[in-house]
Amino acid sequence: MTVASEPLRQFLQAARSVGIRVSAAEGIDAARAVQVVGYADRTVLKDTLGLVLAKTPDEKNLFDECFDLYFRRDQLAQDEEPGTNPQAPVITPGGFGGEGMGGGGGRSLSQMLLDDDRAGLSAAMEEAARESGIQNIRFFTQKNLYARRILDRMGLRQVERDMEAKRREGDQATADRLENRVEALRDQARDLVERNLLLFARGETEKFREELLKSARLSNLERRDLDRMRILVRAMAKRLAARYAKTRRRRLRGQLDVRRTMRRNMGWGGVPFVTVWKQKRIEKPRVMVLCDVSGSVAAMAQFLLMFLYALNEALKDIRSFAFASSLMEVSDILESEPIEAAIARIMQAIGFGSSNYGNSLADFEDGWERYVSNKTTIIILGDARGNRTDPRTDIVQRLSQRAKRIIWLNPEYRSAWGTGDSDMFRYAPYCNVVTVCNTLRHLERVVTDLLKDAA
Amino acid sequence: MPDAGVAPAGSVAHKLASIEAVEQGLASVGYIPSRQISTAVYLAQHLEKPILVEGPAGVGKTELAKSVAAFLDLTLIRMQCYEGLDESKALYEWKYGKQLLYTQILKDKIGDVIGATESLPAALTKLHAFGDIFFSEQFLEPRPLLRALQQPGGAVLLIDEIDKSDQEFEAFLLEILSDYQVTIPEIGSIHALQTPIVMLTSNSTRDLGDALKRRCLHLHIGFPDAKLEGRIIESRVPGIETSLRRELVAFVQQLRTLDLKKVPSVSETIDWARVLVLLHAAALDTDMVHDTLNVLLKFEADIEVANKQLATLTQKARQEAGLPG
Repeated sequence: MTVASEPLRQFLQAARSVGIRVSAAEGIDAARAVQVVGYADRTVLKDTLGLVLAKTPDEKNLFDECFDLYFRRDQLAQDEEPGTNPQAPVITPGGFGGEGMGGGGGRSLSQMLLDDDRAGLSAAMEEAARESGIQNIRFFTQKNLYARRILDRMGLRQVERDMEAKRREGDQATADRLENRVEALRDQARDLVERNLLLFARGETEKFREELLKSARLSNLERRDLDRMRILVRAMAKRLAARYAKTRRRRLRGQLDVRRTMRRNMGWGGVPFVTVWKQKRIEKPRVMVLCDVSGSVAAMAQFLLMFLYALNEALKDIRSFAFASSLMEVSDILESEPIEAAIARIMQAIGFGSSNYGNSLADFEDGWERYVSNKTTIIILGDARGNRTDPRTDIVQRLSQRAKRIIWLNPEYRSAWGTGDSDMFRYAPYCNVVTVCNTLRHLERVVTDLLKDAA
Repeated sequence: MPDAGVAPAGSVAHKLASIEAVEQGLASVGYIPSRQISTAVYLAQHLEKPILVEGPAGVGKTELAKSVAAFLDLTLIRMQCYEGLDESKALYEWKYGKQLLYTQILKDKIGDVIGATESLPAALTKLHAFGDIFFSEQFLEPRPLLRALQQPGGAVLLIDEIDKSDQEFEAFLLEILSDYQVTIPEIGSIHALQTPIVMLTSNSTRDLGDALKRRCLHLHIGFPDAKLEGRIIESRVPGIETSLRRELVAFVQQLRTLDLKKVPSVSETIDWARVLVLLHAAALDTDMVHDTLNVLLKFEADIEVANKQLATLTQKARQEAGLPG
């Protein structure tokens, strides 16, 4: 089997950390592909790796960025060694490693600095960076640490001693020159660390942020996190949809479907070559969502709707309603416009009033109760605070008799239920599920249950 | 072709010897590939991997497979995917009619074969000696996938619009795509005589499974840049004048930046170029564009959007083509 060369292996690691999914098998493919095309032509190399590794337009973009970042760092080295030795590929970071190391033989760092041997320096730096384990860098706070480690490994101490010695000898000019060069070297090292931080740490911090976001209260989200949230919601929904969208029929083994067996075997005179078993159709859930869009619940409503609409492969039929003091159907708006714009329009139409649950439920019963069948799941999202208006629990009771089930999602913590004007406990008896839902994780759990029960 | 006398397999390898060779070869059959496309074809041959081609409609995904087949002088076997496509239509089917017919014909013969035996077990033993004659390759109706594997000298297998098929079918394809073999329970595994070049196309109407993507080289063909598109038009519509070609390519490139329901793709540009040649147009003018815009844009709303800016668009196209405004 092909063994990935060191630079390729590191590149794969970099690619993973920017968020491209590279499996082991794809790594092997990449190594084989690189063997076929070689390292000599960088555009070909880029195309090749792009074909093998990046599998969606998003990944293609990430890949381009990552490739440029990764392979930019050895441009100096490339000038130095014009691919004379096929075994040591041109792009190897630190391809002629060890040469300029501070210890033992070879030239000392001071010498290289004085000669302004850029290629040698950058090679030595790459080598030192690799030895100091730069690919483990995770946080920007580590930048100085790694820069110092790299310089130490390159033999900066020795240079400082040399500088001291020169000064004592009275060779002030050389010492100054050396000092200037060391300054430049420091900048270069910081630059290198910076690039590596971009390369290796971005994925990690993103992952960390995403984890945080998943369990953050949705009403407290900052504006800048919204976009990221949307991406997360879509990814979650896609995963769930993929899992539950396919199973539409379950075969009942052992129960012969006589009618369809005969039909199927008509071609050869009714001799049953092929048997057909009875099947059970698995209904996709039909969902009606009633969202309170007043006050703090609004943020939650946005994500719930986004989630459900992203799921439309796995759901049969979804109708959504928004209410504050009264209720309206918003399915059309949500289907005709991108979700962000739609939410804004809905808010404009009815949002920000004080909520009146009784009134809104009555609206729903008048207009849409007849569409509720025993296959419908009704999801109500709200804090059940009706500002001391009549909660009209009788409507919820009637709905619970008609619908398959009612799920009530409340963004408030359980301890707040029933306090003040909260009617949660009055509605609760008529709901199949009443649960706290104020983070993305909660949301995911609720939706998973919804799909699972249907399967 | 320099090595017409060599065996087909040799010549395929020869034709795909380098990325440049692929590029020139495809160009010689009228397909102007981008560098990425030729790299993909080159790698597909050398790594024996299928290519999954994605991209908007009309950028030449299917055309690529056809051109590769034409260039390599291989048979193109095309399988159009649709919802409900299953094994019996894609891989193989038993020729039930023939089986029945043969059993009827051989009915009389059966007496001769087992006539002499006395006991039932003995008769059965005799029958067993004949093997599974009715489930042998003579009674196998090969469908596109099997045909591609059995094609002597190799083939180009085009699995078109894989995103239209069901997920089950996608999973079923995996064996063929990774090992170039299929398993027929009655016969066993059938290996490819010669590894076919497999291309799958997708319009991204649904996301394909990771397993499938992992097995393929993933080629995304986007809209070409002006230079490439110009070359494509030059190759496809040879009668067109250089100035007009530049102008119309610049025009289409601009059109793609507008907010349209469906942006015109390469096939539409080619159609439009042909129309303009038929109309003996020497240069773009607003009226002419206005009259022929329906070749480029397929939605009423899009045409309206474009019509509003027609004058500025043509003006700009002229400038970019380096012609006096």
